Amino acid sequence: MAFFPLAQRRKWTNRVALTLSMCAMTFGLLWLIWILVTVTGIGVSALKPALFMEMTPPPGGQGGLANAIAGSMVMVVLATLLGTPIGILTGIFLAEYGQRGWLAEITRFINDLLLSAPSIVIGLFMYEIYVARRGSFSGMAGALALALIVIPVVVRTTENMLLLIPNTLREAAFALGASRWKVILMVTVRAARAGIMTGVLLAVARIAGETAPLLFTALSNQFWSLDLNKPMANLPVTIFKFAMSPFPDWQRLAWAGVFLITLGVLAINILARTLLAKRTEN
Amino acid sequence: MQIPSGLEAENLSEASRRKKVGWIGDWLFLNLTRGFAVFALLILLGIIVALIIGAWPAIKTFGLGFLTSTDWSPPKEKFGALIPIYGTLVSSFLALVIAVPVSFGIALFLTELSPNWLRRPLGIAIELLAGIPSIVYGMWGLLFFAPLFAKYAQPFLANTFGRIPLLGQLFAGPHFGIGMLTAGIILAVMVIPFIASVMRDVFEVTPTLLKESAYGLGCTTWEVVWNVVLPYTRVGVVGGIMLGLGRALGETMAVTFVIGNSNAFEGLSLFLPGNSITSALANEFAEAEEGLHSASLMYLGLVLFAITLAVLTASRLLLLRIQKQQGGR
Amino acid sequence: MEIQQNLPTAQIQIRNFNFYYGKFHAIKNTDLDIFNRRVTAFIGPSGCGKSTLLRAMNRMYELYPDQRAEGEILLDGTNVLAKDADLNMLRARVGMVFQKPTPFPMSIYENIAFGVRLHESLSRADMDERVQWALTRAALWDEAKDKLNQSGLGLSGGQQQRLCIARGIAVKPEVLLLDEPTSALDPISTARIEELIHELREDFTIAIVTHNMQQAARVSDYTAYMYLGEMIEFGITDQIFLSPKQKQTEDYITGRFG
Repeated sequence: MAFFPLAQRRKWTNRVALTLSMCAMTFGLLWLIWILVTVTGIGVSALKPALFMEMTPPPGGQGGLANAIAGSMVMVVLATLLGTPIGILTGIFLAEYGQRGWLAEITRFINDLLLSAPSIVIGLFMYEIYVARRGSFSGMAGALALALIVIPVVVRTTENMLLLIPNTLREAAFALGASRWKVILMVTVRAARAGIMTGVLLAVARIAGETAPLLFTALSNQFWSLDLNKPMANLPVTIFKFAMSPFPDWQRLAWAGVFLITLGVLAINILARTLLAKRTEN
Repeated sequence: MQIPSGLEAENLSEASRRKKVGWIGDWLFLNLTRGFAVFALLILLGIIVALIIGAWPAIKTFGLGFLTSTDWSPPKEKFGALIPIYGTLVSSFLALVIAVPVSFGIALFLTELSPNWLRRPLGIAIELLAGIPSIVYGMWGLLFFAPLFAKYAQPFLANTFGRIPLLGQLFAGPHFGIGMLTAGIILAVMVIPFIASVMRDVFEVTPTLLKESAYGLGCTTWEVVWNVVLPYTRVGVVGGIMLGLGRALGETMAVTFVIGNSNAFEGLSLFLPGNSITSALANEFAEAEEGLHSASLMYLGLVLFAITLAVLTASRLLLLRIQKQQGGR
Repeated sequence: MEIQQNLPTAQIQIRNFNFYYGKFHAIKNTDLDIFNRRVTAFIGPSGCGKSTLLRAMNRMYELYPDQRAEGEILLDGTNVLAKDADLNMLRARVGMVFQKPTPFPMSIYENIAFGVRLHESLSRADMDERVQWALTRAALWDEAKDKLNQSGLGLSGGQQQRLCIARGIAVKPEVLLLDEPTSALDPISTARIEELIHELREDFTIAIVTHNMQQAARVSDYTAYMYLGEMIEFGITDQIFLSPKQKQTEDYITGRFG
């Protein structure tokens, strides 16, 4: 490059850098498309009615994922129901009461740590305080572990969405003589509800595919069981087991499961984002 | 008086009742929300305490020697964590080596190059990459990516970088497809969206005035980004990288599928299978015997939690510093 | 004596009032009377403390921990700055309308009923009547009567501001504080609000902060000119605008008119 004049060299550096940046963007998109295409391609061919009607088979047998799908749904719904109110109330505390206090400062910090903490550690924790005491793996333990993952996600989005609400709206409600909790519940939270719902949806998307925390809590179950005190079948752990196995039938079921999860999670993600986009347009 | 005031019309006891209800409502609601905030703190403490209690037998038996021993043998009741720790650190490091430049490129593209109408869809696409569950990455990596990697990429790497003295050691050995390098690559793809979106966000808050004055001097886009935007957002960028590192260290399923799960150290080559803390836990914990084996796995979990907490805390503190700077302005 | 009786009584008496944002002394030793059923306008350059003074009258500053007030603001003889004053009750008696329209995220009907329900329990029929009364007084009834159940966010900016005025008067306060109520509106909406202020003055004591001096001249009976946290001049509006006593006031008024 030394024989280029300076201006030329700067121009070329710029061009090379910007081209590389475009390559990086393409690289990122390529993986997304590649994964989606293969998962859809193989997954669709494995979709059959039996998938939703029949139980998970023993090695080498034919079957479906009905019990795993049902178990996953039970645990995800339960975890969302448990985690959402806690998350929303904590988020309200941080946004509406805790602009300065030390408790809010620390809670915010810890919440951000929990948000990115390894989910497998949550599984270990639930094993230690719930499974080990009860002496058996259970669907309830799985749901509790997932709920612990829901909370920080909902806290973060609830706080962020409430902080987006202009202070004038709060002042207007206070100016009418409303007490604080009424202002919060009837005006601010109401104004932010689309955003808060987005947070809940993102949390659902996150736990729907979580595997690690279920390995030591819900474990898995080959049969149909909705008893929360017994091990409960679920999609992620079933996929893990089947995909790592040498049996082609199991592997095919695993692909079908992965397709279902990807489809569900991406659909929820996109739904959440459209909801949010609508809110910010208003 | 033409219109009686609503309050005067109301009798006094009604007003005082309302005052009382309002006050009790406020008190209850504040303490309810505060109670849940305290609950979040207790969870973190609970996790640490529970892990220590669970790991206690192993901590008592092996002490800190646990961290430096390579012997992991359930039948002999000997446990040392060096191999999984090594695997976790190496695979995460590889992930960062790949993910940081790519994320920087993506953030640069999204903030400076992309036409406006593409900015949002592309940003969402990158964020969707973060939305794909890790088990999908893992299974796809094992059944689809690894065979292709063994067939095409590994021979290529062996024939190019493998020829270079010293560095070549990293690319020696058999082409299994699975192994440390594969785990690093899959992890990189998983953390790119996290790092890229933090970088994009901090790039976006660089004051336009600052950028415009650099352009005004005749800087090229690259020079503006490299000499103005990057130094200005340095702290935030490092925070984002640490956040990605925290993610990579704790990632379980994707790594478990592709790292190879070998507890023996056979050489430095990145083609060799290894083990990570998370994959050791995922594979062994549910079947581990009560006692030293499961306690040692808890100990591993504790080590992992300590490492990630340290990294995440550092990342948080850096990002907080950025927020404070903005708030001060 | 007869003249004395025709003079309005002071509904709000501000005595020796000081206000601080943290360490910043924003309002200094101010005394002022705001007369019953009259419109009092506050003018002055940005940052002179006029909005701050307004926000002290319903203790809006309480929401922010480093703001504090000293002195007395007497509403019908009771000090509203007293520690034991009931804030919610105070704000029911002193309503406020803000710079930007702030409709709540609910229907037009609910926007008005929300405030009323805080202080009174009315039957459905009484509430309907109150909502209609408030909307009529705010000159919004004809435009809104067919869409009472639609969101308040769907109204135009001027309509939203009138909705906020309706919401404020529905509680039947004695005093109405208007903090630059037309600064975000177009000239036509502004004219409607000014007309409205004229009509409302029959029933309410009104204090309005405005940047627009012609507006102050048009709508107010009394005008207070503030500068750097001090009350420079206070008097009957015509007097202030035609023959100000203070040089500073004159400079400000004439400077603006060019």
